[in-house]
Amino acid sequence: MDISFIDKRLESIFNKVLKGSRLSKEDGICIYETHDLIALGQIASHARRALHGNKAFYIYNQHLNYTNVCRNRCRFCAYARDDGEKGAYVWSIDQIEKRLLERIDDPVTELHIVGGLNEDLSFQYFIDLLETVKRIRPNATIKAFTCVEIDYLANLAGLSLEDTIQRLKDAGLEMMPGGGAEVLNSRIHEELFPKKIGHERWLEIVKAVHKAGIKTNATMLYGHIETIEERVDHLIALRKLQDETAGFSAFIPLAFHSKNTKLSHIPPTTAVDDLKNVAAARLMLDNFDHIKAYWVMIGERLAQVALSFGADDLDGTIMEERITHTAGAKSAIGLTKEQMEDMITKAGFEPVQRDSFYRPIK
Amino acid sequence: MNKLNHIIEKVKDNRRIDVNEGLSLFRQADFLTLASLANHRRFFLHPDKIVTYVVDRNINYTNICVSGCRFCAFFASPGQESGYIISKQELSDKIKETIDLGGTQILLQGGMHPDLEIDYYVDLLRFIKENFDIHIHGFSPPEIDFIANKSSLSIDKTISILKEAGLSSIPGGGAEILCDDIRKKVSPNKCLSGEWLEVMRRAHARGMRSSATMMFGHLEKDFHIFAHMDKIRNLQDETHGFTAFIPWTFQPDNTNISVKKKTSVEYLRVLAMSRLFLDNIDNIQASWVTQGDKIAQTALYFGANDMGSTMIEENVVASAGVDFMLSREELTRLIAKAGFEPKQRDCYYHLL
Repeated sequence: MDISFIDKRLESIFNKVLKGSRLSKEDGICIYETHDLIALGQIASHARRALHGNKAFYIYNQHLNYTNVCRNRCRFCAYARDDGEKGAYVWSIDQIEKRLLERIDDPVTELHIVGGLNEDLSFQYFIDLLETVKRIRPNATIKAFTCVEIDYLANLAGLSLEDTIQRLKDAGLEMMPGGGAEVLNSRIHEELFPKKIGHERWLEIVKAVHKAGIKTNATMLYGHIETIEERVDHLIALRKLQDETAGFSAFIPLAFHSKNTKLSHIPPTTAVDDLKNVAAARLMLDNFDHIKAYWVMIGERLAQVALSFGADDLDGTIMEERITHTAGAKSAIGLTKEQMEDMITKAGFEPVQRDSFYRPIK
Repeated sequence: MNKLNHIIEKVKDNRRIDVNEGLSLFRQADFLTLASLANHRRFFLHPDKIVTYVVDRNINYTNICVSGCRFCAFFASPGQESGYIISKQELSDKIKETIDLGGTQILLQGGMHPDLEIDYYVDLLRFIKENFDIHIHGFSPPEIDFIANKSSLSIDKTISILKEAGLSSIPGGGAEILCDDIRKKVSPNKCLSGEWLEVMRRAHARGMRSSATMMFGHLEKDFHIFAHMDKIRNLQDETHGFTAFIPWTFQPDNTNISVKKKTSVEYLRVLAMSRLFLDNIDNIQASWVTQGDKIAQTALYFGANDMGSTMIEENVVASAGVDFMLSREELTRLIAKAGFEPKQRDCYYHLL
């Protein structure tokens, strides 16, 4: 492929990518700093096509947020409520069953389940939750709980990390999403989410989960107070762990939305930064197969463009996205299968509906 | 060297491509190849990392219109309750507010009102000029053609009367797709492509500048897009009167044409092609009104060097279900965050 570089620093990055050599921290910083957006996109696209050719993935999924009551009250979160506060809710197992049955005719293949750290819920609730979902949707994959919830559940159950994971696995847990990492950095942890587990614990839990044979995703929440260097360090920490466990499935850059949070003065991320985060992830995370353009956060229109900047997956149809919309997201709350396929086709890619493990669905 | 590579080499050498070559490039080239070519052409023409914008207000003097275009969600038919003609008080208030916000021009456009003759427009222009120091960018070619017919004047005479009364430049609206087979389907009562071009030719000959637009994503095929751009390019060779080209996508909500809205990738491909094909037009404008802030910012890397207007007021596209709003602060932030220097400009693309 012939790329006309404006920023000559990108040329040496491209040469490394062509040779299959790993990018350095300095390369990562350059990726974020460059104004040669198109050449960057072309390099990331090259790496993306080497792995996935012309395919672009999506999944038919459903989100379930079982409670918004959370003791952590992270400063970047618009979704959490205190117990008893206006708008606070917890879904009983019956209510969860009802929600699943409401959409039982939809061809949902994955349930994405996350919620707050709600001290009213017992460990048994989570077991019941998983078993109920499995009973009603036996053929769908349960992708549930971030490392933050796993840490909390281990304490709640009074079990070791390993035993906790095993109990959840036995009840139906098959995969975990990548949330809760935010930015793996103590300064940001202190400032934005001091009550939530820090980066050492997050990495420790992911490692234990991978060891138990459960794949997870990884994320990075960007666009708040983090520096470029902190972003790159985050990506390198994930890359290092992936070398060890090979347990990460996809990486998802998450664009921060500030409305209704304690950081509401922070303006939204712009398209160029969103695209750079996708490209940086594709190029720095050379041992991750999948990079998602999460349309809920960057909007459907930019997510389509991001397929040419390193992303190979548009996440899912979702239906009823709640968390980011509480923080002012302007994207749709769900997309149809036809809309997903139309977006992908018109971007010049071949749509592939996948299951949670990237196996095509016929 | 295969045919596509040959065209790409031609474009890289800044040589002109014909309609067939443009079409081949559009149909075959990879998305980011188009972007890269358009981005390099943009920096060849504008080496400074400047992105311009204008502070102005879109004032729609009337929404009453006999044209009945199938893509329009803004108009009211004569006699319909929602119809209005702007009052002088309201007009004054809007202009005053525009000037207070640092605005330098107004975009004055309206429907084809069956009862208004040239005297109305002359009075409107004189009233504005007598009371305010502001540039009037107004009356797209279909309006001028309509006024000329209505008052039994030639197009040239109409332009000269309007110019005399205070009109400074002409917006390139109402071009839609300058192919009569398409125009007859989407806007059957609006002037045909020949008249549209004739208005621009006459205006340019009288020393007035204008922009040119293209609305795509309705009933046209891709070759119509190139036929449209070819007509604009040919006229530009003759007159050099076009300041800018503004492609934008049809917004189908609340209209009588039921098609799927063009996706962002399709928009960006056309935008990049307009930069490459229209080699004699300096400025290509991103359309944040139809594309939203994220795609408009992305467009700055797909050939656009101008962010258009802060649009203190925009009614027409808003009626068709688009509600993107951008403050001047947000517009300049987007430009700066993309790595460019935002600069306010006037209608002639002079920096202020």
